[in-house]
Amino acid sequence: MSGKVVRIAAGQGFWGDWPEAPVRQVAGGPIDYLMMDYLAEVTMSIMQKQRSRDPRAGFARDFVPLMGRILPDVVARGIKVTSNAGGVNPRGCAEAVLEVARKLGLAGKLKVGLVTGDDLLPDLDLLLAAGHELRDMETGRPLSDIRARVLSANAYLGMRPMVEALGRGAQVVITGRVTDTGLTLAPMFHEFGWDPEDWDKVAAGTVAGHIIECGAQSSGGNLLKDWRSVRGMADPGFPIVEASADGSFVVTKHPGTGGVVSIASVTEQLVYEMGDPRSYITPDGVADFTTIRLAKAGKDRVRVSGIRGGPRTPMLKVSVSYFYGYKAVGTLVYSWPDAYDKARAADRILRQRLADLGLEFEQVLTEYVGVDATHGRLAGPADPEAPEVQLRVGVRGTDKAAVERFTREIAPLVLTGPPSVTGFAGGRPQVEEVVAYWPALIDRTAVESGVRVEILEA
Amino acid sequence: MPAAKTVPIQLRYLAHARSGDKGNSANVGLIALRPEWYDLLRSQVTVARVRRHFRGMASGVERYELPNLGALNFLLHGALDGGGTISLKTDAQGKVYSTALLRMEIPVPVAVARKARKEAR
Repeated sequence: MSGKVVRIAAGQGFWGDWPEAPVRQVAGGPIDYLMMDYLAEVTMSIMQKQRSRDPRAGFARDFVPLMGRILPDVVARGIKVTSNAGGVNPRGCAEAVLEVARKLGLAGKLKVGLVTGDDLLPDLDLLLAAGHELRDMETGRPLSDIRARVLSANAYLGMRPMVEALGRGAQVVITGRVTDTGLTLAPMFHEFGWDPEDWDKVAAGTVAGHIIECGAQSSGGNLLKDWRSVRGMADPGFPIVEASADGSFVVTKHPGTGGVVSIASVTEQLVYEMGDPRSYITPDGVADFTTIRLAKAGKDRVRVSGIRGGPRTPMLKVSVSYFYGYKAVGTLVYSWPDAYDKARAADRILRQRLADLGLEFEQVLTEYVGVDATHGRLAGPADPEAPEVQLRVGVRGTDKAAVERFTREIAPLVLTGPPSVTGFAGGRPQVEEVVAYWPALIDRTAVESGVRVEILEA
Repeated sequence: MPAAKTVPIQLRYLAHARSGDKGNSANVGLIALRPEWYDLLRSQVTVARVRRHFRGMASGVERYELPNLGALNFLLHGALDGGGTISLKTDAQGKVYSTALLRMEIPVPVAVARKARKEAR
């Protein structure tokens, strides 16, 4: 039996995660792969908006200077990188990385694998005409209801094109909308040569990917159990999977880093954003989270084994984003005494003024931060001695002028409402465009014929 | 059969938790602080109790069991006021429904309550 171990390190858990993390993962000890997940559900629409203003944009721009910092080490040590930083413009992202590589004197030394074909926007009308209704998985409505407002449409691709790219010699693989878990699965299948229809192996890699896809959230970050005892979080160790050929793996982090890898830290991440644990569906297969076995395997080491899975489904998930309307949130802070009563009085005045102006909104939501904003009525009655309460009022609607007018009704409350109010130095609230998310399913055959893998050289 | 004497105790003494979003639903993973407390959670943290706990805050509740992790997973449907980018809530992504569930009280044997409170100190 082979004792080969493949070390896959998480470098980013979302677009905007700690910029030092990938640098520390490369410098902190031996790793074979660095996976960097950039795409949340709404990220694609933000990138789409950026690309509509500038055709060279549309990917996670910070990925490029980050690669500039680590590429010399990555190339020298043969570390491979998998990332979905390409967003809605993976080609632009790949070209930007190649340009940085050339500037660093790495011409001829770097192959970048480019995966495309997830972007369904160019062919969306053809797909609809061919009978792919792309119904909202939550509401059942067909996409044609909102077709005119669609901003982006991307299928979730799995590991297979990335495995191909690695097999063709790519050292950095850049994709658009591939699953977070695929970024970890691909290195495992490439290194161990597993059969992509070995569903237990797919499930094992999926669980490994799920554990590290949110970065330090499995190594001490956001850990509720004994949170006071988590040390060194100024320099958190991001998680690393040490995968073995039998499908088992160890979750750990570099020695000397902060945070903790424990059964508690891994379990909290396992249940994060979970639906039916017996059926964690990805494009590559279906994992059964009720088969996972966890065991402590030393300091900051948790062994994960026993994972079973089932075949992949004939459908792929599609993430559609569409223009929904506008929203704005205004806040003011009221001080003791009677902070909560003052904030409530201000809310009544504000709502009366909005009504008197004849402004119509889809929703007006009031929260009292310090009283009910996180737990609602479960938090119990407000403390009459509370030192302060923040009034937080949000509005949403399709009438931009109404939302705009709302933003001008917050500051006036300071001189025309209840006393002892502060916290308005930030100025008027901003009107935000609301881009909403529309999850749908599509036959995988309609997508997979358009998936391409290219190898580009620096 | 005489029932063992029980006392109410908040879940915060028996479990830890993490939550996130699934569209307009929040998920809460509830994890026993000790493996032997999982059966208590499974028998006492029922769908009916959780639905009552979150009345007015969620339109429906589903529960899944993960005995291998000593955990229960709850889906709180309609809890995010539209969810994602639509929601106006501070907690639009359901990140702290976890601790909201830990406020719930369940009846447990006196000895368990005593031990759980002691370990929390």
